[in-house]
Amino acid sequence: MKISKKVVLTFPQSLVDKPIVFHLIKDFDLVFNILRASITPREEGLMVIEISGKEDDCKKGLDFLKSQGVNVQPLKKDVKWIEKKCLQCGACIPICPTQALKIDRKTMAVSFDEDKCIACELCVKPCPARAFEVRLY
Amino acid sequence: MTKQIRTIEEINEKIKNGKVVVVTAEELIDLVEKDGIEKTAKKVDVVTTGTFGPMCSSGLFVNVGHTKPKIKIQKAWLNGVEAYAGLAAVDLYIGATQIPDDDPANKVFPGEFKYGGGHVIHDLVAGKDVHLEATSYGTNCYPRKKLSTLLNIKDLNEAFLFNPRNAYQNYNVAVNAGDKTIYTYLGVLQPKLANANYCSAGQLSPLLKDPFYKTIGLGTKIFLGGGIGHIVGAGTQHNPDSPRTSKGTPKRGSGTLCVTGDLKQMDPKWLVGVSMLGYGTSLAVGLGIPIPVLSADTVKWAAVKDEEIFAPIVDYSNDYPNAKPDILGEVSYKELKSGKIKLGKKEIPTGSLSGYSKALEIANTLKNWIKSGKFTLNSPAEKIPGPESGIKFRLLNERPVKNGDK
Ligand code: SF4
Ligand code: SF4
Repeated sequence: MKISKKVVLTFPQSLVDKPIVFHLIKDFDLVFNILRASITPREEGLMVIEISGKEDDCKKGLDFLKSQGVNVQPLKKDVKWIEKKCLQCGACIPICPTQALKIDRKTMAVSFDEDKCIACELCVKPCPARAFEVRLY
Repeated sequence: MTKQIRTIEEINEKIKNGKVVVVTAEELIDLVEKDGIEKTAKKVDVVTTGTFGPMCSSGLFVNVGHTKPKIKIQKAWLNGVEAYAGLAAVDLYIGATQIPDDDPANKVFPGEFKYGGGHVIHDLVAGKDVHLEATSYGTNCYPRKKLSTLLNIKDLNEAFLFNPRNAYQNYNVAVNAGDKTIYTYLGVLQPKLANANYCSAGQLSPLLKDPFYKTIGLGTKIFLGGGIGHIVGAGTQHNPDSPRTSKGTPKRGSGTLCVTGDLKQMDPKWLVGVSMLGYGTSLAVGLGIPIPVLSADTVKWAAVKDEEIFAPIVDYSNDYPNAKPDILGEVSYKELKSGKIKLGKKEIPTGSLSGYSKALEIANTLKNWIKSGKFTLNSPAEKIPGPESGIKFRLLNERPVKNGDK
């Protein structure tokens, strides 16, 4: 079965210069898509990738990365509401599918319930104040 | 207007003596419900209002000071955003909707418009250094041709907001009757009437509370951007001629104000650069106006409630861009604020671009300023033209140009 998976890779300093990730294509028949990368030579590197391929190839590929000393974690995403930036306009209210963004109909005060947020990011760009931050970790 | 019951001078006397009675427009509604118009008019001296939302027709004049040797700036950019320099040597005007020359705009649709003139104004008032770049052709008296420097608000000779059109008296409710998502200055509108966005503080909004502009005009002192500003007069596209309810409240976008104020005493909290997806940048402006209770009519007008104020529902997929006057219906601010409106059989969720809770904070701030004696009222030197003026909103009459390609 074909699957696709988003993972966060952290490379120790010693591995930053080595083309390890490319083995995923060559040796494990996986396709990958770089979602985010911040790699500075002689420092730790971070890469968020989406890999797709056969389920057991994915597992083998990730095991290979681990064996090389790469730290592999499933991607977690967080959408953070920066209250100080919020204009309390309410443009996000009808957009949010889970009512993580809420408005008190009496005071018209907007609030955010972190626990209800599924990090779908639908609110991020339509917010005129750009009061949301997406954090990948 | 009914009989005058007090003057602005008398109100200022009371402010000095600490005896003034000030209420917000929201509190006034409750008072009138309890005591009636006449009694409330006797008791209350001033009603405060407020609004906080994107106001595109806003901008800032600055004088950056002369360089050595001098430059007569021909083109200028602040943090990469062009400012108009066709004025005297080092005077500039930066508008809220200007975007950087190299902004991708809508090339990748919808454009994000992360930074523009509104953000530059916010950064300046927040005390951040801003990068000024300027070029010129050089003259005998202004030989310099290039300039690149950091600027800070405290080094500027002058920095004053001059907003040609703010505080719209009522506004459209935007919907999308088409079949694909559209990106407008009133936010993202989903197809097939899936959402509706409005942009007014309704029962707190300044011009909805003095619908015939009886107490305000040139020189009226106001809350602007967290500091003190003044009304210059009617703003651009001022249109007092719109249909009104029996109490005189306009049922369409109608009157507007031109306002000004010294940026150096304003607050970044109330001047915020905004990014409208697929549209561009703007500036969210906090504005509040004190309404002196000069007669019982002032109270009657200022006490209108959200359920008595109606806005037109306009299709932004077709009617608005093509300047058609058609509307799909009218809806009250009470319904808009409830979170859904009804259009025929369809229920449409609503969103807003104007922050009501922030508008209330402005009305309360202004109330406290007046009560503490720090803010007195001005008598307007000129009135804002009302419906009797015959002023009407015009579209551009495009005419063919002869030998147009010369
Ligand atoms: S759209 Fe943005 S600014 Fe408006 S209420 Fe939501 S978070 Fe706040
Ligand atoms: S990311 Fe999605 S769920 Fe979370 S607040 Fe935004 S719209 Fe709601």
